[in-house]
Amino acid sequence: MAATLPAPQLKITDLGAGIAFGALALLTLIIAGKTEYPGYAFHALVFAIASGWACFKVFDNATSRGPVAIAQEIDGKPNYNMGPVKFATIAAMFWGIAGFTVGLVIALQLAFPVFNFELPWISFGRLRPLHTSAVIFAFGGNVLIGTSFYVVQKTCRARLAGDISPWFVVLGYNLFIVIAGTGYLLGITQGKEYAEPEWYADLWLTVVWVAYLLVFLATVWKRKEPHIYVANWFYLGFIVTIAVLHLGNNATIPVSIFSPKSYIVWSGVQDAMFQWWYGHNAVGFFLTAGFLAIMYYFIPKRAERPVYSYRLSIIHFWALIFLYIWAGPHHLHYTALPDWAQTLGMTFSIMLWMPSWGGMINGLLTLSGAWDKLRTDPVLRMMVVSVAFYGMSTFEGPLMSIKAVNSLSHYTDWTIGHVHSGALGWVGYISFGAIYCLVPWLWNKKSLYSDRLVNWHFWISTLGIVLYITAMWVSGILQGLMWRAYTPLGFLEYSFIETVAAMKPFYVIRALGGGLFLAGALIMAYNLWMTVRGAPEAREAGLGDALPATR
Amino acid sequence: MANMYAYLAGIAQSVGLVYFVGIFTCVCVYALWPSNRARFDRAASMPLNED
Repeated sequence: MAATLPAPQLKITDLGAGIAFGALALLTLIIAGKTEYPGYAFHALVFAIASGWACFKVFDNATSRGPVAIAQEIDGKPNYNMGPVKFATIAAMFWGIAGFTVGLVIALQLAFPVFNFELPWISFGRLRPLHTSAVIFAFGGNVLIGTSFYVVQKTCRARLAGDISPWFVVLGYNLFIVIAGTGYLLGITQGKEYAEPEWYADLWLTVVWVAYLLVFLATVWKRKEPHIYVANWFYLGFIVTIAVLHLGNNATIPVSIFSPKSYIVWSGVQDAMFQWWYGHNAVGFFLTAGFLAIMYYFIPKRAERPVYSYRLSIIHFWALIFLYIWAGPHHLHYTALPDWAQTLGMTFSIMLWMPSWGGMINGLLTLSGAWDKLRTDPVLRMMVVSVAFYGMSTFEGPLMSIKAVNSLSHYTDWTIGHVHSGALGWVGYISFGAIYCLVPWLWNKKSLYSDRLVNWHFWISTLGIVLYITAMWVSGILQGLMWRAYTPLGFLEYSFIETVAAMKPFYVIRALGGGLFLAGALIMAYNLWMTVRGAPEAREAGLGDALPATR
Repeated sequence: MANMYAYLAGIAQSVGLVYFVGIFTCVCVYALWPSNRARFDRAASMPLNED
């Protein structure tokens, strides 16, 4: 077999990958030429260029590498593959700032409609999914892929499995982000919240995600440590469940291969149930399980303390995944969904209090004996505050899933406030903390450029979060109460526009909070940039001066 | 259809209950089993191992 190949060192996997990319380039080129939808043609062209480049890269690498395989170990130490982790870290920072900026724009659009500029591409309806996808899937997704590739290698003491595949996962995932995001602006959407990308983007994500699962599993498979560390269980739970959710909620049939439009096979209330089974578990497994994995690695590492109770972490994992998967129906209270399903969703949501708080306590108590580090290490402080926000928003969530509370809170800004206390406080801060840890480790620096700037980031964005969530609590409860107010004659007391006018001041406060959060992220990006390119000597001297001054 | 509903609800309320309690019990037994203590204590400091 090998004798018939053009280059003797070309492996069968390289050949297969190269041919697959080439075929994809050809197929997408044909689609780009034949489709009558300009947005779809643009996407097909992006795919053609990307897969053409990948095809060239695979053959180029295979022929220039020579017959020697990449060493799994050097001098008895694992030869860790940190390239994809670095890429994902940079991508996370880039998408984070893009996503926070779009969030600020849409917050301003709600307070001052003039910011829509009468342009369809940047109207609220198109920018809103761009914001949610950019912060959840682009920022959060890159953080999860990057940290998971880092943690699985370190805790298994093994090099990441595969040569092409880890890069395929990272680059392929970011290509999906580009396709999804530009699609929203061009008006290509299937209209399902948090699952807006159309069938071809979904298909691409499926391939990338299966590769992600295989790379992760294969790395665990060749581990040198006998025990699989709990963070890897959380990452694995996240990867497997997201795959299942994605397939279930995107079971669509395209109109034709030359059309971006597709129709879902589920109908009516089944479709709604699928959507919120997906939607809530995107919160439960993407925004919770994955980031809990980060908590279980980075907090012990940074605090230099073992996990408070490893036994609790095992119970935490199994209880969390078995309960979360049933909580989705609480998004459909008082709808056509059968009553028993609503009650089931509510009951499981309330039971989630236990694993959520068990996990929070485990994360916080990991600092036992190291609480003094909160005074001196702003990165650790950020991660600990993140866990506190996790506790707060997982207390609020089950409360809001109770039908009586939900009848007031649902469809109001209270939900938006709740989501952001989890997203900005928990997911945002644990991600920032992990990135602040990762960048000096990955780029071989002794420490960050400036701890003082981390402190500024922390306080500015904490102020932003507090403004954001308190404004949305007041606005949401106000909105809910105005909607249900009746006159003595039984008429609704307020028209819709009166509720909007009443909420305007809170919209302005919310935009201010978002602006502060974005400002913090910009400080972070500057700090990381200076860390990567800064001179080590100057940095160490600067750190010594900066530390006492932070308090 | 009504019978189907009763049948499925019956399964959920009996087999489902036993299944979940059973799984949870197994997890607790595994996590708290005395001879696993040393292994889990070592695992708790896995992030701190350097190479």
